[in-house]
Amino acid sequence: MDKLSEEKLFKALMIASLAVVVGSLFVVVAVIVWNGAPALSLSMITQTPKGGYYLGKEGGILNAIVGSLYLAFGSLILALMISLPAALSLQKDYIGKTKAAYYIRLSLDVLWGTPSIVYGAFGFIIMLYLGMRASLLGGIIVLTILQLPIMIRSMEEVIKMVPADLKEASYTLGATRFETTALVVVKQALPGIVTGVILSFGRGIGDAASILFTAGYTDSLPRSLFDPVASLPLAIFFQLGTPFPEVQARAYASALVLLIIVLALSIASRALSKRFMKNIIR
Amino acid sequence: MNFRRLKDAFAGRLMLAAAVFSSVLVFIVAIALYLRSEPILEVKSLGELLLGSAWLPSQSIFGFYPFILGTVIVTALAMVFAIPLSILSAVYLAEYANERLKSIVLPLIDLLAGIPPVVFGVFGVLAVVPLVAGIAPLFKDSGIPFLNGGGYATGYSVLAGGIVLAIMVFPIIISISYEVFKAVPFEVREASLSLGATRWQTIKHAVIRTALPGIAAAVILGFSRAIGETMAVLMVVGNVVKIPSSIFDSTYPLTALIANNYGEMMSIPLYDSALLLAALILMLIILFSTLGARLILVRIERRMHG
Repeated sequence: MDKLSEEKLFKALMIASLAVVVGSLFVVVAVIVWNGAPALSLSMITQTPKGGYYLGKEGGILNAIVGSLYLAFGSLILALMISLPAALSLQKDYIGKTKAAYYIRLSLDVLWGTPSIVYGAFGFIIMLYLGMRASLLGGIIVLTILQLPIMIRSMEEVIKMVPADLKEASYTLGATRFETTALVVVKQALPGIVTGVILSFGRGIGDAASILFTAGYTDSLPRSLFDPVASLPLAIFFQLGTPFPEVQARAYASALVLLIIVLALSIASRALSKRFMKNIIR
Repeated sequence: MNFRRLKDAFAGRLMLAAAVFSSVLVFIVAIALYLRSEPILEVKSLGELLLGSAWLPSQSIFGFYPFILGTVIVTALAMVFAIPLSILSAVYLAEYANERLKSIVLPLIDLLAGIPPVVFGVFGVLAVVPLVAGIAPLFKDSGIPFLNGGGYATGYSVLAGGIVLAIMVFPIIISISYEVFKAVPFEVREASLSLGATRWQTIKHAVIRTALPGIAAAVILGFSRAIGETMAVLMVVGNVVKIPSSIFDSTYPLTALIANNYGEMMSIPLYDSALLLAALILMLIILFSTLGARLILVRIERRMHG
């Protein structure tokens, strides 16, 4: 084969591969919309399950939607409170250049790769040890651990991009390291921070394996941090597991609800980060 | 003035504490899992656990072999699909695609990365499982190893798991190897082109060769995502404890084992210990593959920035 037709062949293969990859995204979305939309109704997202719901009777998945939002927001706030300072301390101005920072990054990467089912198992052990039962709090804590590495590493990437000149200007004016960090660096890195937060929120709201044993499941709305709580991913999983077609159809509709939430978050993060970009000094 | 200094020092310590706390979590998780899986390691040898193929918790027989094999086969199949498709896509995006195409495709790939596992699971049940059930009979008596379908096929199979997982790891391999291609210095291309090589020869001999360690890292990270995936796989592989003889057979990966049996594990002695050992095994696999991939990527970054 001469070199030009070889190039043509591989170019065609590349385009075909890209088409398969992008196409699979559309197929996934299309299959969920196609099967989920017919079963989706207003009562499904505004009501909690009534008696016999899992046999195909009246009700909705409001318990799971509210539960998932509680879980995701709770863990988001906790994770943010730890991630932002942690990411800031990985700047060059603090420990960024040291050997310790290298090992911190490495262990965060391992944490990032750790399967969520392992976190679920770990959370369960800790809860047994503390005598806690499956609850909103348990779910929030496990999801926080899941989100920490994602948030810290993505925030660190944007914080690293803040120009050194800008920090030096702040130092020259007599600001301390902390003042520079809190007032200059955070402001400058805000678009990236927001994107990181929204992305990890999406990861938190969609994960099922980690909360399977730690958050439990219930048909009522959560009343306290110590009550078990329903969640969308598990609602999908349980409804799909029933033998009734009506209930399975609701699982598809629930998957559509989750997909819409996650895609909306992803699009919102893009739009928000563009908006925040305007306040940045380049 | 003094107060500002004090505040600065205090904030610095607090930030450092947050970073240290987050990174120490890895050790806490690993140690907790080890302590809880110790009881079973005390009464059984590791060889017996890893190579035994009988799984009878009520009789205290715990052989992980079918589950480890299930995890390995499903993950390997996913990688067979994902590696060529992802790398070819990444080469195209990095070397050929114009800015307009990139500005459309790259965000779409990010979007794909954000879809929750459970949604992929539902997709698998609705589309992939019936597809597999449809094509399995075609290979019924084909005699091709690993394809010889056993007649009746439900579609809940190694193949369904492999396809769903492959779609889930596309974005990881593509986005990392895209970055790696972009990091290949322009001089490498210039040198090759100035010697009269065509664009494709340049890519094949210069760009891909330079990017090879980075591609390996991308593949390892995709692999570690695939091996730990639970819900999506659990929903499409059938969860039958046996050693699959073809890709149309059901299987039962480690992650699914943990997820499915957590509820009842407290009632049978050593059962919880066995399941936590499974979690520990998964975590160790992830530990080594992540370390390997990161060491490669860090080396590339150092080379780039001197």
